[in-house]
Amino acid sequence: MKKLVNMEILENVSISPSVNLLSMRPLENGLLPLMQPGQFANIEIDCKDVFLRRPISICDYIPARNIVKFAVRRAGKGTEFLASSKVGSILNILLPLGNGFTLPGESGCNILLIGGGVGSAPLLLLAKWLKSLDVSFEILLGAKTADEVILKDEFDALAHVHVSTDDGSLGSQGYVHFNPVLQNGEWNQLYVCGPMPMMRAVSQLAREKNIACQVSLENKMACGMGACLCCVEDTIKGNRCTCVDGPVFDINSLKW
Amino acid sequence: MVKQEIKFACGLTFKNPVLTASGTFGYGHEFEDLIDLNRLGGIIVKGTTLEPREGNPYPRMAETPSGMLNAVGLQNKGVDYFIDSIYPTIKDLKTALIVNVSGRSIDDYVGVTEKLTDLDKIVAIEVNISCPNVKQGGMSFGTTCEGASEITREIRRKWDRAMIVKLTPNVTDIVSIAKAVETEGADAVSMVNTFLGMAIDVERQEPLLSTITGGLSGPAIRPIAVRMVWQTAKAISIPVIGLGGIMNGRDALEFILAGASAIQVGTANFVNPHVTMEIVDYIEDYCRRKGVSDITQLVGAINH
Repeated sequence: MKKLVNMEILENVSISPSVNLLSMRPLENGLLPLMQPGQFANIEIDCKDVFLRRPISICDYIPARNIVKFAVRRAGKGTEFLASSKVGSILNILLPLGNGFTLPGESGCNILLIGGGVGSAPLLLLAKWLKSLDVSFEILLGAKTADEVILKDEFDALAHVHVSTDDGSLGSQGYVHFNPVLQNGEWNQLYVCGPMPMMRAVSQLAREKNIACQVSLENKMACGMGACLCCVEDTIKGNRCTCVDGPVFDINSLKW
Repeated sequence: MVKQEIKFACGLTFKNPVLTASGTFGYGHEFEDLIDLNRLGGIIVKGTTLEPREGNPYPRMAETPSGMLNAVGLQNKGVDYFIDSIYPTIKDLKTALIVNVSGRSIDDYVGVTEKLTDLDKIVAIEVNISCPNVKQGGMSFGTTCEGASEITREIRRKWDRAMIVKLTPNVTDIVSIAKAVETEGADAVSMVNTFLGMAIDVERQEPLLSTITGGLSGPAIRPIAVRMVWQTAKAISIPVIGLGGIMNGRDALEFILAGASAIQVGTANFVNPHVTMEIVDYIEDYCRRKGVSDITQLVGAINH
């Protein structure tokens, strides 16, 4: 069940030249609603020239401490506002929204999580869940340069991490979909979040190799809750809202 | 206790003047985790057509200064789906339920209206002759007195409950359109729908919407909407339902003071899903503060 919650920023840490990690806790008493990997929040932006909320994926959720974390990349005025918000400031947040990743039904499945840039963020909570379920998996992180690979230490603590960078400054040189781990591995399930060209390239590979694959989309949204019908993706069942029918889609339901 | 109840001459009654605008509130379900739907004056469900519609291709939304453009294009699953799958889930809400009726042709509008006649809990229809995002029908009926008259007349023959006609602001003289639909038997007008607008990504040198143009909503349009409500309310005898960029209780009162008998909240629901409840509470406090016992005393009550 979604809630509108005023939350206080407990920590705001720069984790790459363009990405900040915000840790937040509700200002009022009461527990956060349960959240699943791949869901997102719609965050009110109180600054000039920004009218709508900004949808940000849930990077981490720690029920025992009633904390949720968001990785925010400075991409425009709204995200700049969020990334530069001070510790102690209050944000009005609607969460959790959307359908997250569908966890594998059977064990013995070879799972690879693939994150590109800030798209690695929602995979952290997924990795924690998979680990807690004793499901084995590996992680492939991609970014333009080494210093834009985010959350590597956190992922390292959970599973074997592979890296691709465009300039070769860390791991394999080139896009993630050329990484030998993806190209040569015997995978049954891919979970992917990153820039659109990267997700399309990985999806194409998954189709060729007949690997199950879920991707998390970031179509432009207004309400984030299925009321405005703005964020639609053209699926095999017609236009579907990324906010309530996604943001995670099985690639077999997409037209690309 | 302030009396917030609104009763139109046609008999249509709202427990308070706060309604949700079509296309911004889904079927209400979307908001039920967040607000008490039974505290709303009414819910105007999204534009409903005879056949299912997929709407326009993505991208169909662009944020603009103090507002947004949309080009959704009346995506909906059609009137039969509404009747079979939605109506049973909302009919017992204790708020006025209104269906926004849209179409490509007069036959489409009449067809939807006829199908709705069996639904007892639908207290009114809102005839959408103002959607700027469809190629046929929609706004094309609302931009001439003849078009607005004809469609109002044809639907009036088939619908004996309250009939609201939703007007477009994309006209030279909205008052004449309002008068035309009043003459043909409309029980109220709602105004205004979105303003036709356009935005461009200058780096890519491309329009931001797949349809190039779309409807502008949000507080950017509010002063124009207030002016149109004021001009129209004093020129016609049927009630005006005001909308256009209402973000809070103060804005709602601006429309009421300009002459609106009730208001609709649209785009603000996306920014603050609690906004409708806050407006109901604000009106209550405002009336107490001003010594007003009945909200209807404020309709058109500006000093000038």
